[in-house]
Amino acid sequence: MTNLTFTALVALVSLLAGLLGSLTGLGGGVVLVPLLTIFFHVDIRYAIGASLVSVIATSSGAAAAYVKEGFSNIRIGMFLEIATTIGAVLGAYLAKWIPTAALATIFGVMLLYSAYVSRRVRTQAQRNQPPDPLATRLRLNGTFPDLEGERSYNVQNVPTGFSMMFGAGALSGLLGIGSGAVKVLAMDQAMQIPFKVSTTTSNFMIGVTAAASAGVYLSRGYVDPALSMPVMLGVLAGSLIGSRILVKAETKSLRLVFSLVILVLGLQMLYQGLWGHI
Amino acid sequence: MNAPTPTQDSRNSNSLSPNPAPGKPKLKITDYSIELILGYVLRTGVVLSAAIVLTGAAIFVIRHGHDPANYRVFRGEPSDLRTIPGVIRNATRGRGRGLMQLGLLVLIATPIARVVFSVAGFVLERDRLYVAFTLIVLTVLLYSLLGSGLTF
Repeated sequence: MTNLTFTALVALVSLLAGLLGSLTGLGGGVVLVPLLTIFFHVDIRYAIGASLVSVIATSSGAAAAYVKEGFSNIRIGMFLEIATTIGAVLGAYLAKWIPTAALATIFGVMLLYSAYVSRRVRTQAQRNQPPDPLATRLRLNGTFPDLEGERSYNVQNVPTGFSMMFGAGALSGLLGIGSGAVKVLAMDQAMQIPFKVSTTTSNFMIGVTAAASAGVYLSRGYVDPALSMPVMLGVLAGSLIGSRILVKAETKSLRLVFSLVILVLGLQMLYQGLWGHI
Repeated sequence: MNAPTPTQDSRNSNSLSPNPAPGKPKLKITDYSIELILGYVLRTGVVLSAAIVLTGAAIFVIRHGHDPANYRVFRGEPSDLRTIPGVIRNATRGRGRGLMQLGLLVLIATPIARVVFSVAGFVLERDRLYVAFTLIVLTVLLYSLLGSGLTF
């Protein structure tokens, strides 16, 4: 394959990754790493470097649109980002002592369960819970443009969500992947934040988390410019399309896409954990 | 209506009414105006990085478009594509790979700029708690970036 065909094909695959990544709040890495390594025979380290670029491209590309629409909540994002970034730094240190294969297996099982749980749409009663005093104090509650008009929400279970974010950060430091899934699940399932706000705020956060680890990967030589170029351009285009779709999409269908993508991620984790490819 | 009116706290009210009555327009910094500025920062970063990467891509494809692509074996990038000064040196020589890497660096800098601008926004909003929160995030970010060897 020549560089030209390779670039065109990778850009096309990245477009899909960016689309899924911006719709689900997971970033493009979930789809990109297996595709690059299996179909394009790219060494895993180059694939990880490219995936990191794709996460930042998804995050920034989509966020530029989301912020204007008023979906993502900057306070929730910044507050939880404290836990994620510190968790990521700790996770990178702990990597030496923790058996990552066992961790990947457990994480895989957790994701399969989450894929099932996250399809459920909340009832009206579950949506209208009284505000949590801690969330009020931290000014986390907000509104977002729902399909039927502006809707307000009250954030619940702040300590649980914060702890899960710490775990998400540690996981990304330990396994290098999957933190987006835990972020969305923590916000959606634990903190009861509306799904669109959860995925878009996760999108904001994964960019910051990825930027924190970008330095390490770049200086280790994992980021190849010729490989990352089509990834970045394709993902950017995909995330712009994705953010347009998200605004008009039904939450039910977004949940379905999300649950399918984390099902794939869960199987990937199980495979890597059980066959020791991590 | 897809955007809340930029009145004080309209994005963060705890009232259950979906549309708080819009007061008189005030020239006050709110979460929503911060987010608009952040959106602008992001868009600038994304467009700038994409433009640099595209320029590099054009040079790369013209010079090496018909060479075989091979990423099977990990060789690691040469040292002048692994540090900020190296990438800048490489890019200013008009090399395709150097320019693409420079564009990627701008892309990586975008979320960091976003955190920096949020600190500034919360300072203007006089929200001490969130100034502290964003500063913690920024410190951890810079700690892990500076400790990576990227800047040498």
